[in-house]
Amino acid sequence: MTRQSPLERILRGIALTLVVAFFMFPILWIFLMSFQTNETILRMPPSLDFAPTLSNYKALITGKLVSNAGTLDIAFMGNLGNSVLLSVFSVAVALLLGVPAAYAFARHKFKGSEDIAFTLLSFKFAPPLLVLLPLTLYFQKIGLANTYVGLIWVYQLICLPLILWIVRGYFEDISPDIEYAHRIAGNSWWSTFRKIAIPLARPGIAAAALLAFIFAWNNFVFALVLASADKQPVTVGALAFVTASGIQYGQIAAAIMLSIAPTLALALFAQRYLVEGLSLGAVKG
Amino acid sequence: MAESLPGRAATAVVARRKRPLSQRLLPYLLSMPALLVCIGILVPFGTAIFYSLQRFRLSQPWARKMNWGENYLNFLTDPSFWNTLKVSLVYAGTTVVLELLLGLGIALLLQRRTRLNNLISIMLLMPLMTAPALAALMWKLMTNVNFGVLSWLASLVGLEEFQWASAPSSALFTVVLVDIWVYTPFIMILLLAGLRSLPRQPFEAAELDGVPRWFVFRRITLPMLTPYIITAALFRLLDSIQQFDIIYAMTQGGPGDTLTVFQVEAYLDFFQSTNVGRSAALLMILWAITYVLSSLFIKHWLKLRERAAGGIA
Repeated sequence: MTRQSPLERILRGIALTLVVAFFMFPILWIFLMSFQTNETILRMPPSLDFAPTLSNYKALITGKLVSNAGTLDIAFMGNLGNSVLLSVFSVAVALLLGVPAAYAFARHKFKGSEDIAFTLLSFKFAPPLLVLLPLTLYFQKIGLANTYVGLIWVYQLICLPLILWIVRGYFEDISPDIEYAHRIAGNSWWSTFRKIAIPLARPGIAAAALLAFIFAWNNFVFALVLASADKQPVTVGALAFVTASGIQYGQIAAAIMLSIAPTLALALFAQRYLVEGLSLGAVKG
Repeated sequence: MAESLPGRAATAVVARRKRPLSQRLLPYLLSMPALLVCIGILVPFGTAIFYSLQRFRLSQPWARKMNWGENYLNFLTDPSFWNTLKVSLVYAGTTVVLELLLGLGIALLLQRRTRLNNLISIMLLMPLMTAPALAALMWKLMTNVNFGVLSWLASLVGLEEFQWASAPSSALFTVVLVDIWVYTPFIMILLLAGLRSLPRQPFEAAELDGVPRWFVFRRITLPMLTPYIITAALFRLLDSIQQFDIIYAMTQGGPGDTLTVFQVEAYLDFFQSTNVGRSAALLMILWAITYVLSSLFIKHWLKLRERAAGGIA
């Protein structure tokens, strides 16, 4: 690297400050808003001079919204529970189905395997509503409408292709020689898969699972179309909450903070895996 | 038969080592469950094609009948279809171009592996981890005309009456801004990884020869980075032309029909106008666009993967 002139260093510093300000400000501002009451939120011009209160979080967690017009039940904690349940189970199912299939695609070039793998991946890129709208009519007929099972099944549309393609890439990068050696030593195919292949691909599986969890958590349109209020995750629930609570801005901010906290925490603690997964194995940095 | 001797020997070896049936079926068995789940998804896809060829309104089930290409033909003279196509293309085009420029700029700023740069790139992951629908809500709170901090900032620079997403003239600008906030980090991450994996020799040689920095960027960095830029751009384009979450959470396609992009329009057709046939036909057209884009993307991405695995770097 060439040495930088002082002017260049200053310009670079200003540019970076602007970048950080633009990308961090909204999260910081909503975070601050979540500790305020409407009284301080509605002040113009906005100011940072306020006594922080936990009342917004308390109202959300206890599920009772107390206002001038009386008390109102908030289902937000239920939405949070739904998000956890839907994301965790969707990823678990996708791992169970996807890892063996990824192994098959990587190790055995069977007839049509590339076509099948391509078709599965292209699902990820098709407009979700194309599948969702007919499904709403089908689900009502077969009794899967507004059930967790139905939702988790549809969530495979997000999780499965992701796991299949990232994990397949990892299996392909591992030399099959170690597996052959293990087989020749008299071990079964199953024990080779379990004791050799999976442990070696573990970073890839972790990256894919994390990413699938985040995409499932952040998904909006699936549950908007297929779930009614009691099964909705936070993404849809928060939107409904905005309409229901009207002008309780502090509580909306607190609900947003609770909803994005899990994925932000993952970003902080698992960013290495995420970056690898996000570049879809395209880059080995 | 002119088969040579070594050839025949080889066939014999293969024949003797032909694996038992269970071994040959294994890959199919392994991928079967995943396939079955996906077939469950292929069925509604087929249904959607069928719906798109029907006159089908949920409010008038008795009038349901095949009308073949009529839904598609009607689009030709339907101004709201052309509006949908225009808004979708403008949205996708603007977001991808701006995000590429911004993402490339930030990646170049963060190229050196210093502790501060790594910290900043972790911070920039956060908008990308925020659910787009929730990001739209956050910006909605900040752009509220009565108390939003951004409305206040706009008034400081003389834009007292700036209405953000509630005015037709600025709605597109506002949702594009939210899209940029959420997705620029994705492009930044991909390009940063690409930049850091480039071979060092050409840069060292250029520095020894005293080649000007702008020239190095244009003639060495940019060409070597192009495969990454194309892959990132195609991936984002594929995503952006289908945008639903941000627009629906922010304005539900409004005000009026300002932001009725493909998926929003199809959703409104289905649930508000209950016009299933038109909704399905719209989605089929969007699917055709994304199919072309996704084949292109997968082709470029596989090339990139091969290069990375080939160890050119």
